[in-house]
Amino acid sequence: MSVVMAFIIGGLICLVGQLIMDLTPYNVTPAHILVGFVTGGAVLSALGIYGPLVKIGGAGATIPISGFGHTLAQGTLEAVQSQGLLGAFTGGVTAGAAGVAAAVIFGYVIAVLFNPQG
Amino acid sequence: MSAPKRIGKSTVQFSNPPVIVATASVVGPKEGEGPLGKTFDMVTQDSYFGQESWEKAERKMLEEAVKMVINKARLKPQDIDVFLAGDLLNQTISANYAARTLGIPFLGLYGACSTMYESMAIASMIIDGGFAHHVVTAVSSHYDTAERQYRFPTEQGVQRPQTAQWTVSGAAAVLLAPAGNGPRITHATIGKVVDAGIKDPNDMGSAMAPAAVDTIVRNFQDTGRSPVDYDLIVTGDLGKVGHTIATKLLQQQQYDVSNNYNDCGIMIYDHERQDTHAGGSGCACSGVVFAGHLMGQFNNGKIKRMLGVGTGALLSPTAIQQGESIPGIGHGVVIEML
Amino acid sequence: MANNKQQGPPKKPLTLTEQVMQQKQAYDQKAYKQLADSVKPKNNVLVNAINAFWVGGTISAIGQIITLMFTANGLPPKDAASATVIVMVFLGTFLTGLGVYDRIGKMAGAGSIIPITGFANSIVSPAMEYKREGFVFGVAAKMFSIAGPVLVYGFIISVVIGLIAYLIS
Repeated sequence: MSVVMAFIIGGLICLVGQLIMDLTPYNVTPAHILVGFVTGGAVLSALGIYGPLVKIGGAGATIPISGFGHTLAQGTLEAVQSQGLLGAFTGGVTAGAAGVAAAVIFGYVIAVLFNPQG
Repeated sequence: MSAPKRIGKSTVQFSNPPVIVATASVVGPKEGEGPLGKTFDMVTQDSYFGQESWEKAERKMLEEAVKMVINKARLKPQDIDVFLAGDLLNQTISANYAARTLGIPFLGLYGACSTMYESMAIASMIIDGGFAHHVVTAVSSHYDTAERQYRFPTEQGVQRPQTAQWTVSGAAAVLLAPAGNGPRITHATIGKVVDAGIKDPNDMGSAMAPAAVDTIVRNFQDTGRSPVDYDLIVTGDLGKVGHTIATKLLQQQQYDVSNNYNDCGIMIYDHERQDTHAGGSGCACSGVVFAGHLMGQFNNGKIKRMLGVGTGALLSPTAIQQGESIPGIGHGVVIEML
Repeated sequence: MANNKQQGPPKKPLTLTEQVMQQKQAYDQKAYKQLADSVKPKNNVLVNAINAFWVGGTISAIGQIITLMFTANGLPPKDAASATVIVMVFLGTFLTGLGVYDRIGKMAGAGSIIPITGFANSIVSPAMEYKREGFVFGVAAKMFSIAGPVLVYGFIISVVIGLIAYLIS
């Protein structure tokens, strides 16, 4: 059941992105989409909207890059509660560490091992 | 000081039209599988052409095409007085490094995808002016080098819009001389930079069409000719979108080209099967179609006189990011079997 | 073009830049864009939307299955989510290396850009492509051409959220 919900929520988030790309007159590149969804996810999370979405959709809400924004925002909020002002600076980066480190390590290794095929 | 070889406002008429003695073309596998595949001299096995990078592959294609055209004319590199070449990469590195290998006096050109026709026009002026005997002009482009310079890395998962064009991987070379057997270049109409305000780097056809039309119309006016005087009017790489727009723009100016107007970007691929969307593009697009297919048409008498317009989108990623639009240019050359 | 000869003394001759701008506007006024837009083939919004939905959904569903496997093996939910992200990032980079991810992306668009696998793809693809320019200026520098902005704005917004939360509390 949770897999079906993940499919639906994840699909819907991507659908929103696709409609933004296709229906706006601007030349929206993947970089714009990724940046937009990370910031959007973080803001929605801080407003308490993204959290319920994660409860319903599980990976459907955390695997899209907006979920990375949610992780950053929640990390910051928790750290502010426990550490105060310092937490505002450390919380987000700490919470996002797993994803960022994995992306850097795997990205580097794969780039060294493989060649582009065009 | 008069200029006796100029006619009308902006066309040059050669008094001793230079002869296209030989042409050569090298293309990548995708072009080889296309409808004109059999007209090319060499089709490479893969996009790397035995090199370690795509830039080096493109350069090697250019070198091979030039060597081949010199061989075909039974000449040696020492016999060539001037080598005119250009490509799409920053600082035209394919042309520069090919010239390093070839050791022929070299003039580097940049006219984006219009470079083939630009170089043929200049070469004709050099020959008709009596400044050289044998001139080789050549261009190259490569899908993978162009993509990463102008758009995205090739392995990035992006969608290509329907207006996007596919850069032709290949190189073409043309050898010109004052005398010999072959079609001759009788006129050249130098293009003006025309900017229609298009900003989408995935829609080059619309950006270039007005420049091509401007050149075609000026050619008609200066030579006193009309579309029916040409067996074929061919643009370089407007693709399906640009071709339709150019036809409409010419119609607005009362020129009916519906029967004899084609575009190299449309001719080179089978768009449904090869997933090339609006068509081919790149320096090599107009280059290899001329060196392969169109030269063949001249040799077996299918066409006697054509107006070729090399079209270039003077696109710069930096300028686009700063909000500039994409100017276009089109250089026209009249080729005739006399 | 510049017809400043006929227009008499009060009009200043146009500068070259003004002429260029005028020429550009002449084209705009001719409704060139309208003509171009009428000719352009449209992207198929419905097909794109369906593809984005099912591919994005499938990637998320795979993520959910991986999460379930981790929790079944006794990982607490939060760690399972982190571990899932790591596995998904690996899958994204690996499929890019094999030359598969760009083909998925061609069809799915946002469906394969938005999932974390797309973020991974945006890191590997430039890194791999610029390997010939060396391991410092090539791989390492180009790796962040798209991921860099994502991290920059992600970190900025998280700090801003933190500061606001601190001021409110």
